[in-house]
Amino acid sequence: MTEPPPDIAIGAVDLHKTYTSPRGDVPAVQGIDLDVRQGEFFGLLGPNGAGKSTTIGMLTTLVVPTSGSARVCGFDVEKQPVEVKRRIGMVSQNNTLDNDLTAFENLEFRGRYFGMSARDARRRAEELLELFNLTDRREGNPFEMSGGQAKRLMIGRALVHRPEVLFLDEPTAGLDPQTRVNLWKILRELQKAGQTIVLTTHYMEEAEALCDRVAVVDHGKILASGTVEELKGSAGAETVLTVAYDGSVPDLGGLRERDGISKVELSGNQVRVFAHEADGLLGELVALGTSAGVSVTDASQLRPSLETVFLTLTGREYRE
Amino acid sequence: MTTKTAQGKTAQGKTVQAETLTAPPAVRPTIPRTFMAMMAREVRVMRKNFLSTFVRVLAQPLMFVFVFAYVLPKIGGGMAGQGGATFATILVPGLVGSSIMMQAMMAAIFPLMMELTWQRSITDRALAPLPIPLLAIQKIVAAALQGLIGGLLVFPAVLFIHADGQAPEVHVANWPIFLVVMITGALLAASGGLLLGTVINPQKAQVLFAVVLMPITMLGCVYYPWSALDNVRWLQIASLFNPLVYLSEGLRAALTPDVGHMPTWAFLLPLIGGTIALTWFATRTFTKRVLT
Repeated sequence: MTEPPPDIAIGAVDLHKTYTSPRGDVPAVQGIDLDVRQGEFFGLLGPNGAGKSTTIGMLTTLVVPTSGSARVCGFDVEKQPVEVKRRIGMVSQNNTLDNDLTAFENLEFRGRYFGMSARDARRRAEELLELFNLTDRREGNPFEMSGGQAKRLMIGRALVHRPEVLFLDEPTAGLDPQTRVNLWKILRELQKAGQTIVLTTHYMEEAEALCDRVAVVDHGKILASGTVEELKGSAGAETVLTVAYDGSVPDLGGLRERDGISKVELSGNQVRVFAHEADGLLGELVALGTSAGVSVTDASQLRPSLETVFLTLTGREYRE
Repeated sequence: MTTKTAQGKTAQGKTVQAETLTAPPAVRPTIPRTFMAMMAREVRVMRKNFLSTFVRVLAQPLMFVFVFAYVLPKIGGGMAGQGGATFATILVPGLVGSSIMMQAMMAAIFPLMMELTWQRSITDRALAPLPIPLLAIQKIVAAALQGLIGGLLVFPAVLFIHADGQAPEVHVANWPIFLVVMITGALLAASGGLLLGTVINPQKAQVLFAVVLMPITMLGCVYYPWSALDNVRWLQIASLFNPLVYLSEGLRAALTPDVGHMPTWAFLLPLIGGTIALTWFATRTFTKRVLT
């Protein structure tokens, strides 16, 4: 791999990971390329089991790639894992806080693991407790905290040594909506402060709300990547209208060839229309059904969003 | 709800200052510093749990010497050792050795079982800037330290609790052997514990007690010297697979040389060789479990 330009925080080429198990090989990641620039807020979006966490695992050195290579902050994740670990912070999906230590000590010892003197580590711990509003939980046990508090402490812990790249694996999974929105605010502040962030999520709206650039991942591959606007503006950036009838789909006439309609898919008693211009389309489909003697049992219309992008790319509805 | 307001404040009231978060790190970590910081963490946790550790470590040997070195001699059921040595004399090295063995093994096994499964919190330590095999070594050293503390705590109890005339005759006859045996015994137990902790399913932890820890302590030449097994030859040979035998016998050689014990080479070789082999093997299995 050639030396990447200096402002590249992460470069991955053709990463593969196959888990071997007695029941056979499970390909989790099947050829992922990534480039993340410094200061960027990058999102890996995909349904559960798409290979996002495995990808993050490889970038954070704890999952060994089956093939391919990756450099983080200029260091090879396989050959120089300690150098990589010195420069990254990671917030796992699980609560991996040290149960034998208080909230304060969790921060204090993280600082010391990263080479701070005992005094500097304590000062830094105070600073971060303050910053993440956890001062009143200072002596608390990490497992007696609410999900939001534990997550804030984990983010604080990941930032103790001022990492160049912050990784977050599904940071808001399992949190209530209010806590999620509050965490988003924290992450936006971090980005504003110049922090490079890589986040995985299976929530479309999370990727839309936070990320500069998004890679849509499914079955261990990147289906598309770009800014949210680019993705929406690409082939999939359309309104998707899905209509189900109580009988076979009526003859749609010249619908397929009409301007503003890019694709029509039929499956069973259901028709799905990918359109740039969807005004009046639903009424038309209802009318077509009525004249053919079938009525509409279900209809849904998706505005241009990452969800329609996903639907266009995979032909499947997005399952969270 | 207090949480909600607290979080609101973080996000709105207080903004995250740029320099707090992204100023370049003041220190470059080095591997020895990271290693020592992890040891400092273990010491902090030990200090916090000192009272419970103290009670846990002492309860069993205390009861044992009380019954065997005090109650039984009082009621005339005392056992005599070889060559006129009191039973207390035989028990001191055995109980210290078994305490080291048990405490070091358990200190390695149980936290590890938790860390590798529930929430997989091993990730926390694995992300510290240390090669994973060194993390395994750190866990072995920390567990060995707890084993040594366990052994030292038992000393006063077994030295001073006994009936009149049943005092153990114990003195450190050979300091180098004493120290080498204590330290390698603790390391051997800790590396064995790390190995078990990485390969055994936590749901079978109960079985571990029954089939590993119990036989090790009961048949570890704790309550009799190995040479006394001459009459039960098969057990004498089977006992050679028990690591605690070498620790007990080594401590006998160092503390109660008048009681029959194995020759020096016969316990030092397995203690040192076993420590090296088990550390190597445990480090490998640990690394395989942590790096997927």
